[in-house]
Amino acid sequence: MTPSGGRTTDLRLYRPRVSTWWWTRKRTYFVFVMRELSSIFIAWFVAYLLLLLYAVGRGEAAYQRFLDWAASPWVVALNVVALAFVLLHTVTWFSLTPQAMAVRMMGRRVPAWQIVAGQYGGLAVVSGFLFWLVTR
Amino acid sequence: MTRRRIEPLVWLMFSAGGVLAAVFLPILVLLFGLAFPLGWLDPPSHEHLRAVLGHPVTLVVLLGLFVLMLVHSAHRFRYTLYDGLQIKKKRTVAVLCYGTAIVGSLATLAVLSVAA
Repeated sequence: MTPSGGRTTDLRLYRPRVSTWWWTRKRTYFVFVMRELSSIFIAWFVAYLLLLLYAVGRGEAAYQRFLDWAASPWVVALNVVALAFVLLHTVTWFSLTPQAMAVRMMGRRVPAWQIVAGQYGGLAVVSGFLFWLVTR
Repeated sequence: MTRRRIEPLVWLMFSAGGVLAAVFLPILVLLFGLAFPLGWLDPPSHEHLRAVLGHPVTLVVLLGLFVLMLVHSAHRFRYTLYDGLQIKKKRTVAVLCYGTAIVGSLATLAVLSVAA
C-alpha cells in the first residue's frame, strides 16, 4: 500500500514460526495428521482399482497378470497400510458427522450415537452387497 | 472471483467423496487388495467381473465413486500440505492437487470406456 505521501510503509506482522514437525509432539495432533494423510491412500486405492479395471478390460491374461502383481510383497504391504488408513478414515469420518450436521426427524434432533450407528449400518449393508456382487 | 464460487462446490464434493470412501473402500481394499491376490478367497472369474462391468449402472456408480473420491483426496491433501507441513506455495499446491484429481478423473473415463 502506498500512502498519499508517496512513501511506502512496511507492514510487519508477528508471525511465529511453526515447525514442520509440530504434530509429532502430542498424540491428538499426530492422529489428526494421520487422519489427513488417509487422503494419500484413498488416491492410491483409486489408482489400484483403475489398474484392475484396465486389466479386466484387456482380457483374461491381463487380469491374471494383475492378480500376480497384486500378490507381490510390496503391493501387499502397501495395501495393508492402505487398509489401516482407510479404516482410520471411516472411523473418524463417522464420528465427526454428527458434529458437522444436525439431523432432525419428526421435530426432534437425532442423537449423535444414532447418526453414528446409522452410518455403521450403511457400511454393513454396502459391504455385504459388494461382497455378494463380487463373489457370487 | 471464480475461485470463490468454486470453493463451496469443492467442499461439497469433498464431503460426498469422504462419505463414499468411508462406506465403499474398506470392503474393496479388503477384497481386491488382500483377499483375492493372497488367495484367502477365490478371485472372481474374469467372465464374472466383465459381466458386472458390462452393466451401465456399475459404470455410472464407479465413475461417480472414483471422481468424488479423487476430489476428496486432493482437497484434503492440499490442506494437509498447508497446515501439516506448513508449505507456503499455496497456488502451486492447489494446482498440483486438483490437477492430479482431474487427470485421475480423465483416466477413469478412459479406463471405464475400455473396460465396458
